[in-house]
Amino acid sequence: MSFPWAEHYTPKNPVMKWVDERLPLPRLVYNAVGAGYPVPRNLNYFWNFGVLAGVALTIQLVTGIILAMHYAANAGIAFDSVEHIMRDVNSGWLLRYAHANGASFFFIVVYLHMFRGLYFGSYKAPREMVWLLGVVIFLLMMATAFMGYVLPWGQMSFWGAQVITGLFAAIPVVGEPIQTWLLGGFAPGNASLNRFFSLHYLLPFVIAGVIILHIWALHIPGSSNPTGVEVKGPQDTVPFHPYYTAKDGFGVGIFLILFALVLFFAPNSMGHPDNYIAANPMSTPALIVPEWYFWPFYAILRACTMDFSIPFTGIVIIPAKLLGVMAMFASILLLFFLSWIDTSPVRSGKYRPLFRKFFWLLVADVLVLGYCGGAHAEEPYLMISQLATAYYFAHFLIILPIIASIERPDPLPGSITEAVLAKSKNKSDAVDAVPAAAAAE
Amino acid sequence: MVRFLGGLVGLFFAGMLLLSFIWGAVSVVPVLSEHGKLVAPTAESEFHEHPRQVAWSFNGPFGKYDEAQLQRGFQVYSEVCAACHSLHQVAFRSLADLGYNEAEIKAIAKAHQVPAIDPNTGEATTHEGTPADKFPLVYPNDVAARAANNNAIPPDLSLMAKARHDGANYIHSLLTGFREQPAELLRKFPDAKTGEGLHYNPYFANLNIAMAPPLTAEGQVTYGEGQPKPTVDQMAQDVSAFLMWAAEPKLEARKSTGVGVLIFLIFGTVLAYMAYQNIWAGKEH
Repeated sequence: MSFPWAEHYTPKNPVMKWVDERLPLPRLVYNAVGAGYPVPRNLNYFWNFGVLAGVALTIQLVTGIILAMHYAANAGIAFDSVEHIMRDVNSGWLLRYAHANGASFFFIVVYLHMFRGLYFGSYKAPREMVWLLGVVIFLLMMATAFMGYVLPWGQMSFWGAQVITGLFAAIPVVGEPIQTWLLGGFAPGNASLNRFFSLHYLLPFVIAGVIILHIWALHIPGSSNPTGVEVKGPQDTVPFHPYYTAKDGFGVGIFLILFALVLFFAPNSMGHPDNYIAANPMSTPALIVPEWYFWPFYAILRACTMDFSIPFTGIVIIPAKLLGVMAMFASILLLFFLSWIDTSPVRSGKYRPLFRKFFWLLVADVLVLGYCGGAHAEEPYLMISQLATAYYFAHFLIILPIIASIERPDPLPGSITEAVLAKSKNKSDAVDAVPAAAAAE
Repeated sequence: MVRFLGGLVGLFFAGMLLLSFIWGAVSVVPVLSEHGKLVAPTAESEFHEHPRQVAWSFNGPFGKYDEAQLQRGFQVYSEVCAACHSLHQVAFRSLADLGYNEAEIKAIAKAHQVPAIDPNTGEATTHEGTPADKFPLVYPNDVAARAANNNAIPPDLSLMAKARHDGANYIHSLLTGFREQPAELLRKFPDAKTGEGLHYNPYFANLNIAMAPPLTAEGQVTYGEGQPKPTVDQMAQDVSAFLMWAAEPKLEARKSTGVGVLIFLIFGTVLAYMAYQNIWAGKEH
């Protein structure tokens, strides 16, 4: 694991020496996130988001565990117990707003983390396993966030549970029994709420476990870097601690400032007002939408408005609803195959001029999907999301392989150090050029 | 093989979506040619209005509730709204936020009958409220609420200011937004005539609300000495502010905590940045 020049753990404190001889946990931590992990020296701020995701998960765990002490998972009193937290529990409003907005911030940093991976080719060999485990974490996060949103038992909780479990009802033959089985009844009710609470408490710990695997897998080849050129020697790396602990410390500060701005000054801006209305099975909201971080996928789901059928016979092979469900799941599952779809040997988008253009098109595409997913399912949003969904699939499954075979990448630097020195030379040239230009006048 | 199969899947989904798009575009053409819009207009889409913005004292990062306004709003709630609308998440004791003292709160609570169990017979009864009680329900259940209100349930108001977009402004606009149904609306949408027992209000989602205008005349509620004139607009503003407090009683604590937290975080982040620069000094990266 890691590089031969990695620093070795030599405990100075006798207590740590005693512990390390009996249980080498200090050594493990030292090698994982301490001075024993050599990291490319040229990481930019986009490499902060892994640590930030860890911070976000920690916030969710701490606030969530305390909220669970005051919350009652019973369909009759769940809604009122949340209001009890907001009004009567000491700093309960802080805990709940931190947890609700913490979920949003978790997704923000994870999406940035994922797009970092997409741009810099972090999913390519030898880091396929890191990427695969990352997609697993993403799926677990989505399940956890969905079930968490059901817990306050407001209108959006109830109808969201109805719609999302209803996705499974689209499966032919066994679909409706599966939905009934998932809900523990024919409609969301007390049984659904209890199991969602149980799983909502369980899954974050599963996520934490998969994160350990994610980091373990990362430490085999070591971190990627903005050039995509592998580490060639000790001059290319710096020890994680103190170099990146310091940089991450600054990143965490910025993250917490932005988090605090929303949490304290606009805590309901990312939620939906309907969830302040207690669940009512007799009244369907005018617009059922999930939380914003699901909007791109919700847009893909709703974009499928046409049955897949044999023309002129009326024989439907895949009904539109099932097609939408398939498209939505496929849009995430295709990420599992990304490492083998994009065969370009160059990792970083920095040296891939053609890939880079399509990458930014994908970013715009996902933002457009997100916007449409939060809007009413009517024109023009349906037509826009249909085009955007078509591009989403075409991007990953058709365009990426084609780019990989026709693109002529820019020349790569010989090593990380070479790239770093060239950059700082450019900088100092630019600094030198200013007085020179002034003198020339 | 992965790329080949992936390509087929990609072609399938992209193709289906493009077909859906073309189909959608074709079906939009008649709507577009008839209305000049992609979606056929409805009375709601044409005549619904967004709430008017009020300069609330609690707006902005340093905003605070105005105690006198909350008390006036509570008075409007008690004398007008409370006839039909409950406030069942709010405890009498929390009225201390409005500046009432203990004796006043006890008196307010005492004026309400809250459900209880007779200690001798075990039968359901009521007792006079205490500060520890919450505002009791107005109707024992939804059926009774419907029966008394022309088949419409007056919603609980505890969270109303957060359960609607732009809540406080919405409540104020709604309370002052009752009017005659515009002739233009009836000309364009003859079917959309406000039904029997409903009242036209452009701020309400479907334009027709079951609630009759609750604030109709200046001086409907008598304000104390030194308070502003109880115009309909003033009463609507006051009760909206009160309902904002009812929905978000910790607003002031939240904002003032936030200011402290931000100062701390900015200080810490500056230190973290300096540490980062210090550690990396001389290291090209």
